[in-house]
Amino acid sequence: MDGTDTDKDQTVYTPEHLSQLDYQRDLGDPGEFPYTRGVYPNMYRGKLWTMRQFSGYGSAEETNHRCKFLLEQGQTGLSIAFDLPTLMGIDSDDPLSEGEVGKCGVAIDSLEDMEILFEGIRLDQVTTSMTVNAPAAILLAMYVAVADKQGADRAKIRGTAQNDILKEFIAQKEWIYPPQPSMRLVVDSIEFCTKHLPAYNSISISGYHIREAGSTALQELAFTLRDGIEYVEACLEAGMDVDDFAPRLSFFFDSHNNFFEEIAKFRAARRLWAHVMRDRFGAKKEQSWMCRFHTHTSGYSLTAQQPANNVVRTTLQALAAVLGGTNSLHTSSRDEALALPTEEAAQIALRTQQILAHESGVPDTADPLGGSYFVETLTSQLEEGAWEYFDKIDAMGGMIKAIEKGFPQKEIQEASYRHQKAVERKEEIVVGVNEYLSDDTPLRIKTLHISPALREHQVQRLQTLREQRNHQAVKQTLSELKGAAQSDQNLMPFLIHCVKEYATLGEICDTLKEIFGAYQEPDF
Amino acid sequence: MPGQKIRVLIAKPGLDGHDRGAKVVARALRDSGMEVIYSGLRQTPEQIVQAALQEDVDAVGLSILSGAHMTLFSRVVGLLKENQAEDILVFGGGIIPDDDIPKLKEIGVDRIFQPNAHTSDIIDFLKETVHEERH
Repeated sequence: MDGTDTDKDQTVYTPEHLSQLDYQRDLGDPGEFPYTRGVYPNMYRGKLWTMRQFSGYGSAEETNHRCKFLLEQGQTGLSIAFDLPTLMGIDSDDPLSEGEVGKCGVAIDSLEDMEILFEGIRLDQVTTSMTVNAPAAILLAMYVAVADKQGADRAKIRGTAQNDILKEFIAQKEWIYPPQPSMRLVVDSIEFCTKHLPAYNSISISGYHIREAGSTALQELAFTLRDGIEYVEACLEAGMDVDDFAPRLSFFFDSHNNFFEEIAKFRAARRLWAHVMRDRFGAKKEQSWMCRFHTHTSGYSLTAQQPANNVVRTTLQALAAVLGGTNSLHTSSRDEALALPTEEAAQIALRTQQILAHESGVPDTADPLGGSYFVETLTSQLEEGAWEYFDKIDAMGGMIKAIEKGFPQKEIQEASYRHQKAVERKEEIVVGVNEYLSDDTPLRIKTLHISPALREHQVQRLQTLREQRNHQAVKQTLSELKGAAQSDQNLMPFLIHCVKEYATLGEICDTLKEIFGAYQEPDF
Repeated sequence: MPGQKIRVLIAKPGLDGHDRGAKVVARALRDSGMEVIYSGLRQTPEQIVQAALQEDVDAVGLSILSGAHMTLFSRVVGLLKENQAEDILVFGGGIIPDDDIPKLKEIGVDRIFQPNAHTSDIIDFLKETVHEERH
């Protein structure tokens, strides 16, 4: 019952609760405004959700093998995790990278690593989700460069870069530059995608990290969509037309334990976004109104104790996501509270989705809970709560201003502390943790170890690259990038030039830092 | 020195930004009457040890979820020794596999709290251990 905002006293819901609900106005058929019931008329009968398991660890070679394995197992999209030095824009041979290389994902220092990562995988034939934020524009530049080298048509490049820096300031805290220049990089990449990668989702506006940092379901919903509003405003300010970029904005939510509240959250997200885009921004295209999203079952909800139970938790969360109409789904592996998943655990997680898709019958009906007294009431309550948060944040002058004040951060800290105390007082039960403890020997889970030799190998490759590349060209492209950063030109073409000359991620990020500065979190 | 408030530095070494646990622990220790300094994110072992010495703390709590704990915890413990500050307790938390716990104890980390540990366990540990050391 993590972070429940809804009225727990009510046991039974009746038609009276829905007396204000208007079918056409508030629900609409699936595929119709405001998309409460789903973005497509036939939902999963037309196309199942994309089963997209997050993966990536160690070297580019290892991640390449894992990706090929998952594609062979029937997975339909790739999802790449990067290690922390990559996410922070630091090269593997930097002293700050010690102990971190390849730990939480794959290490990418230059285009060379990206070429190895996608060796044998045609980028015009897969969709790839790249979980990267602060240096997203640079990783996207590398992806485009690999596709160009493969001779792929840029119009056929599909996938998503997470590219959501606001939730970094709010929750995950992997930032490089201060908010304003960070927003510029996001806007530049959205503009570039709109013109050159028309099938690519330029951003995945994420609630997952907000929730995992301890927010309630309502806060996740409200802060995520308010971040979305902030990005739309920034793109409009840069002179873009809303209907040119809005269709490629996508979202990313958590699916947590409170089953019905989660379903309601997904439905409320679609209704809210449709109204925001049509009424606040005057978007005219239907695709601009649609909130399409990926869902990741909650990593936080998994327990180190009795880890087999995590398969059950994940199944319920995945079911909530499917009943909530998710467009793609990651199911967590049972060992995630302990370390990166083993191959066996990752396979069970994927099989969970396949059982839901092919055995449960759940996908046969679009929005099967539509009209439920309870679910519709919850959906409306969450929607109202989100509008209240929007008003509050608008009154502060927008999300960046709210972040500078520490508003969303403090709200989340407060909620996470309340939850921890409730668990410790057993007001909330976590099976196997504060109740129903087991005397059995805990299931030993084989955790995945990353060899310390990996960093040596990666550093070796990077140093060879530094010796062999065209130094003059690297210097030249970096200097052009610096010049562009001082002007208001779109940085993407400059980034693509840099990566094609094998300038490293660290070099590019440091060049931009000279102009943009580095972010320091204020105390609050 | 019984009666004197226990002083604790909660620090986040490494590059990960997952500060949920660190902040919950800092708040719970503060609520239990301890004086708590929170380092902020991405502190090097050198910065952490310097802060521990400057603030004259009884204990340093290290939170890390990236997997770099073996490297970074041993650097912190090593630097404390170099500065003749082995009397400062070192405890840690985060995603730390069972197999690494004995190794961390061997290098001088006093206690590891794994996911789902209670804040009261950490409070009890500090109260008991710091009290003993002061006698």
